[in-house]
Amino acid sequence: MTTTLTNPGAAVRGLGKSFGAVRALNGVTLEFPPGQVTALMGENGAGKSTLLKILTGDHQPTEGHVLLDGVEVALHSPAQARAAGIRIIPQEPEIIPHVSVAENVYAGALPRRSGRRLDRAELRRRIEADLERLGFARVLDPDLLGSELTPAQRQLVEILRALTGEAKVIAFDEPTSSLSEQEVDALFALIRRLRDQGVAVVYVSHRMKEIFQLADRIAVLRDGAVAGVLDAAQAGEADLVRLMVGRDLSTMFVRQMVATDRVVLDVQDISTDDVTGISLQVRAGEVVGLAGLIGAGRSELALALAGDRPIRSGKVLLEGQELRSGRPGEVIRAGLGLAPEERKAQALFLHRSIRDNTSLVVLERLRRWRFVRRSAERELAQEYSDRLRVRTPSIEHEVRKLSGGNQQKVVLARWLARKPKVLILDEPTRGIDVGAKAEIYQIIADLAKEGIALLVISSELPEVLGLADRVVVMQNGRITGELDREQATEERILSLAMADDLVSSDEGRTA
Amino acid sequence: MSTTTLSESTPEVKSRGKLSELLASVGGQNLSLIGGLVVVLALFGSLNDNYLSWNNIQVIAEAATISGLLAVVQTVVIICGGLDISVGSQAGLASVVSAMAFTSAGSNALVGMAAAIGVGVVIGLLNGVIIVYGRVNATIATLAGLAAYKGVAQLISNGAAQGYVLNNSIFIFLSRGKIAALPVMVWLLIVVALAVHVLLKYTDIGRNIYAIGGNDTAARLAGININKYLIAVYGLLGVVAAVAGILLTARTGSGQPTSGSEGLELQSITAAALGGCALKGGKGGIGGTLLAVALLGALENGLTVQGINSFWQNVAQGSLLVVAVVIQQRRSGERAVGLPG
Repeated sequence: MTTTLTNPGAAVRGLGKSFGAVRALNGVTLEFPPGQVTALMGENGAGKSTLLKILTGDHQPTEGHVLLDGVEVALHSPAQARAAGIRIIPQEPEIIPHVSVAENVYAGALPRRSGRRLDRAELRRRIEADLERLGFARVLDPDLLGSELTPAQRQLVEILRALTGEAKVIAFDEPTSSLSEQEVDALFALIRRLRDQGVAVVYVSHRMKEIFQLADRIAVLRDGAVAGVLDAAQAGEADLVRLMVGRDLSTMFVRQMVATDRVVLDVQDISTDDVTGISLQVRAGEVVGLAGLIGAGRSELALALAGDRPIRSGKVLLEGQELRSGRPGEVIRAGLGLAPEERKAQALFLHRSIRDNTSLVVLERLRRWRFVRRSAERELAQEYSDRLRVRTPSIEHEVRKLSGGNQQKVVLARWLARKPKVLILDEPTRGIDVGAKAEIYQIIADLAKEGIALLVISSELPEVLGLADRVVVMQNGRITGELDREQATEERILSLAMADDLVSSDEGRTA
Repeated sequence: MSTTTLSESTPEVKSRGKLSELLASVGGQNLSLIGGLVVVLALFGSLNDNYLSWNNIQVIAEAATISGLLAVVQTVVIICGGLDISVGSQAGLASVVSAMAFTSAGSNALVGMAAAIGVGVVIGLLNGVIIVYGRVNATIATLAGLAAYKGVAQLISNGAAQGYVLNNSIFIFLSRGKIAALPVMVWLLIVVALAVHVLLKYTDIGRNIYAIGGNDTAARLAGININKYLIAVYGLLGVVAAVAGILLTARTGSGQPTSGSEGLELQSITAAALGGCALKGGKGGIGGTLLAVALLGALENGLTVQGINSFWQNVAQGSLLVVAVVIQQRRSGERAVGLPG
């Protein structure tokens, strides 16, 4: 291995990163040689973003090093990473809306004359030279304002920005998600040109087709470790999927099937700004897993069902009663609860006690006149805190002092206290240590036994497989397939979640 | 990050004496306010024998009543995540309206008060609607109100004091009456503060107000109609600002478009911030705010009694507001990057 120390390009060696109890990266050793496109693949949460963020200096590794041209570099900030020649093109380009393309590209390093005056002539000369050099002279008008750009043009601005100064490594994070086909072609041509100029290109994407078009090497991450590095010319789709999946968590799940035939939640062909033509049913005692890649529209669907996003067409029936869109209060009263994706941002009141956080949606049952009956409230909070085994000295403890797993239990306690008919859990175990995960799985199983209809959104395939009676897969705002417990495998779910076009989604429906 | 501070705090919970339990229930913020108040009283008391006399204490209390009323409702608005810098102008407008309605209704005090409160309700709801449905930042919306409502008050009064009300027994009672040795005005503050305190601490409405200010997304997803609450809270502020305006009329004897009400927004916000309200919302209480009102009142009176230029009082108040907020932000451990959130 010592010989690689003198290799040009970028490399990471023994890279590890922990966030509290969560291990995001574990002993990752990878090379990004110059003049090659290295694709980075992996399930949601496999560690791709963490790796990119370490390369760009946003995160510091817990252990291990980043090497550039064989030399260890310390990347303590994005500015240092940039100075070292590492660039990233983020998925969502950061564009300043009210200034021109030219100023956007050189923001932070604008050419200036004496007295800090902007040198407009030099700015124009530079942007025109750069556009010409990169072949975008006709695609991008340097005088356009940031707010006037199309998604593809925004991406181009980011790329131009990345190419100012000497770039040795350029990482693209799912660059094609908002591009049209012609724009993708232009982008690929550019990436190939960069590669031929000797840049080490890192390309993160879920789209198999693109990867095979573009990549020279494919590195697959799984659970924060390298599952394998393949030569793109020899690898097949099946090889990649096999590397991406294959975790064994089966011992953590203790599900008995208790689903009944009684449909509780009946979603009939609804469309919102984010999802299209969604129909699904959840029965009493049934756990339906909602799988898909990040950005597939699952959380948006959950928020729409909870009444927080307008439903444009179609209807949602809860035990036959139609829910009115845009009214979370009415939806809750009808019996639907949502434990949202971001517990801290969307569910918890961090500076309030466990008691306060638990009782919030049941206050109308706890009040006499408008006064909250304190003793009843305490009893209720204590009951659910005990039942879910929230580890805390007292229910008067502030929620922000609890661990992630215990915070999630408080969110669950809130909804259990309300006794809902339908409970939607969005990523219920994200950022939670293994022990607490097992407890949450047990709680979900118990709730199903009590006859609650559960819809569980999860990006962790083993979790979906372990929990769900039935798996619904979404991609791009649509349902691309539905699998029974017996049919569902990680490979099948993943291929439905990554299905390139509607052609394959039709197959999925009949599968 | 927030993994486990449990082990650290458990022994503290166990080994607490009665006294420290009592102190803990009062809270660190309030203890420092009480400390500050004691220091101010001792300092000016030693400089001037008259300062601690019952007479002067009553003067302090009366002077603090109007700003105290506004600070109490400002606290509610801030807990809910908003801010109202038009409170002073609202009180000024209510003062003018109360005196003019009183005069034109043939010296009918009830008509004057009802008109003022009606105007207060309308203005408060208008602020709320502009903020919620106009999507205008609360500071900007009420900054506009600060100018506009003051302008309306000056327009209808021609910029001069209006009417004379101290020929009416009700207004006389408000300004000079006493119940159980305490001025009526002070009683009014006590009643309003107590009612708001009960509302915040013991009702589901109060819980929901804290929830909205603490995390509005979570509050919305918990089914709270946050628009309704925000508008209602601004409406409540309008009513109490109108009561403050009526007291202003009673104290000075006539409707005052600007004098006595200008600067009340600064005083009320300073009191709320000093009293422990997080300006981001979700945190604070009436107890702290009242202590801060007392502290500010004692300080102002002391400076006046010592004959210190009143311009210094503005400096003192501005400094106190900034210091209070800086301490707050330090405690919450925000990263010093760019504009505060």
